[in-house]
Amino acid sequence: MALLEVKDLRTAFKTEDGVVQAVDGVSFSIEKGETLGIVGESGCGKSVTCLTIMGLNPKRNTVSSGQVLWKGKEILGSKPRDLRAIRGDEMSMIFQDPMTSLNPVHSIGKQLVEAVQLHRDVTTRVARARALELLKAVGIPKAENRIDDYPHQFSGGMRQRVMIAMALVNDPDLLIADEPTTALDVTTQAQILNLMKRLQQEFGSAILMITHDLGVIAETADDVLVMYAAKVVEQANVDDLFRRPQHPYTWGLMGSLPRLDADVERLTQIPGQPPSLLRPPAGCRFNPRCPYVMDVCKTTEPKLEGAGHDPSHLQACHLDQETKDREAAKLLAATMAEAG
Amino acid sequence: MATAPAAGGNELLVVEDVKKYFPITRGIIFQKTVAQVQAVDGVSFTLNQGETLGIVGESGCGKSTLARCIVRLLDTTAGRITFEGRDITKLSRASMRPVRRQMTMIFQDPYASLNPRKRVGFIIGEPLEVHKLGTPAEVKTRVQELLEVVGLNPEHYNRFPHEFSGGQRQRIGVARALAVNPKLIVCDEPVSALDVSVQAQILNLLKDLQDEFDLTFIFIAHDLNVVRHISDRVMVMYLGKAVEIASREQLYKEPKHPYTGALLSAVPIANPELGRKRSPIVLEGDVPSPVNPPSACRFHPRCPRFVEGHCDVEEPALFPFGGGHVAACHYPLERWPMEANEMRRGAKAPEQAEQALQT
Repeated sequence: MALLEVKDLRTAFKTEDGVVQAVDGVSFSIEKGETLGIVGESGCGKSVTCLTIMGLNPKRNTVSSGQVLWKGKEILGSKPRDLRAIRGDEMSMIFQDPMTSLNPVHSIGKQLVEAVQLHRDVTTRVARARALELLKAVGIPKAENRIDDYPHQFSGGMRQRVMIAMALVNDPDLLIADEPTTALDVTTQAQILNLMKRLQQEFGSAILMITHDLGVIAETADDVLVMYAAKVVEQANVDDLFRRPQHPYTWGLMGSLPRLDADVERLTQIPGQPPSLLRPPAGCRFNPRCPYVMDVCKTTEPKLEGAGHDPSHLQACHLDQETKDREAAKLLAATMAEAG
Repeated sequence: MATAPAAGGNELLVVEDVKKYFPITRGIIFQKTVAQVQAVDGVSFTLNQGETLGIVGESGCGKSTLARCIVRLLDTTAGRITFEGRDITKLSRASMRPVRRQMTMIFQDPYASLNPRKRVGFIIGEPLEVHKLGTPAEVKTRVQELLEVVGLNPEHYNRFPHEFSGGQRQRIGVARALAVNPKLIVCDEPVSALDVSVQAQILNLLKDLQDEFDLTFIFIAHDLNVVRHISDRVMVMYLGKAVEIASREQLYKEPKHPYTGALLSAVPIANPELGRKRSPIVLEGDVPSPVNPPSACRFHPRCPRFVEGHCDVEEPALFPFGGGHVAACHYPLERWPMEANEMRRGAKAPEQAEQALQT
């Protein structure tokens, strides 16, 4: 049984301008100790997917359907009380912006102790010892002296460490990290990614890693979901995805990335912008921006199905296998020429 | 102070030992300066016509302050900035105005840098009006021309910024910077707020414009991939100092300063096989405060090659490595790529040799 299984998840927001289908038929599963990456541009629905799993969407205007099985048990639409028992305990989340997701008027020690005591019936002394242990584990120097400091007394990287400590304080089975390093500098990002990897080995948690950075995905994930305009367009093992990308959007993402490991005179840009989810294009949602667009793309939506070379590599594109393999090979030759 | 020698051609901008200190004051009426933030502390470089200089560094290293000093949005504390052979460091506002036509800026945040109450036509045309270039009709024609140049529809002349997406707004920012036909454009993190596919569009646009109008760029970014893509030469800054300046090929192929090495190895590679093979050099701790920077080499508390009694006592000057490549380090990297433990071992060698001699 998978730790988390998501089946045909759909989330829509009712707005004044109409219904925004923010997540449209997303399915995946995560095993214990595994890292699943979701990559895509802003507004593709990757964050909403996590918020829906955690049950954190506003009740007022959200409609969700599908299945979210947590250890085999349906949690989509469960009572808030049941969700609260899971959130922060078995399943926890690291948010993108450590500046706004910590409470500025409480010391970090108090916030960590609160996180422990919400789920464990322990004394404040025990909870505080646990908090201190975690602060040390995430590498906060002189943790004993800093536990009573307030969030503003920490730098961005240190704050993100506090966030990670808080997410790990109850030994979660699943850690959802929503762009955990986007707001950080590269050297700090390397520290945080290293830390997450180490903690994953130590605690054996599964990680759902959400990012727009293909580099971060390549370094951390085991399996990858590529999302575009609320839909999954490609899903594969990380090596296979980078070696044989099958979807024109994935090619576009890889081609538009300036990189250290190859010289590219001109970046291949994806023309235009992502579509509005209020009125997504008919057929394949990528068709207005796709350089390989055919007539069928404008009318029929491609199914997410196994690629020719490997049925576990899922992709949603009408192009024939030959063209896909040729383009993937071309892209690989262009970007990895120097890397060998 | 060592200046990176230019690789030939005509110098457009020469920056010599520029310093910018922000005072920290206490008291309401009798303000006393109690400390200084040494945001930029003695940076020198030259920039040739048609060249792109990339400036990289972590947040708080002084790269944006330096950019603002160059275009005189901030007055420098010390040092000299020469633009087209003319010292502009102490020019008055009035005599600075014609120079401002030659150097413009593109800002980071396309949401905050466009006035939401003004129409796009006004935003792009305002520099022309300020410098009294043309009649209203001429300004309008020019603005429509610019919109076309940056890949927007000239009919969008009367729209407001909120009607555009992030990438389109940044195109408006580019059009505004181009309006007065400048020689130098200082781009302060122009793509860091954009999605990758849109980022590629803007980077390609900037490259095309450079070819078309013979522009010179100073390109500030924290993303080393982006800097590598667009720059001819790159300057790495750490805590207000330039620690390494080199041509793009040299900097990325054979970095000399350990900080540059650490930065390069910290960038995640979009290639899982390659990524697994290498072990990144992970720096400990955070960038120290520029109010009270570490003694001598400012990188020494975090440096894997730190040698006690040398790096924290004597400040390294920018040492030339040939071909305009300079780096400020007592123990430059012998080769690249390098693993974390090799980097450490390499530095300890001279120290151990010394100890061996003494005993």
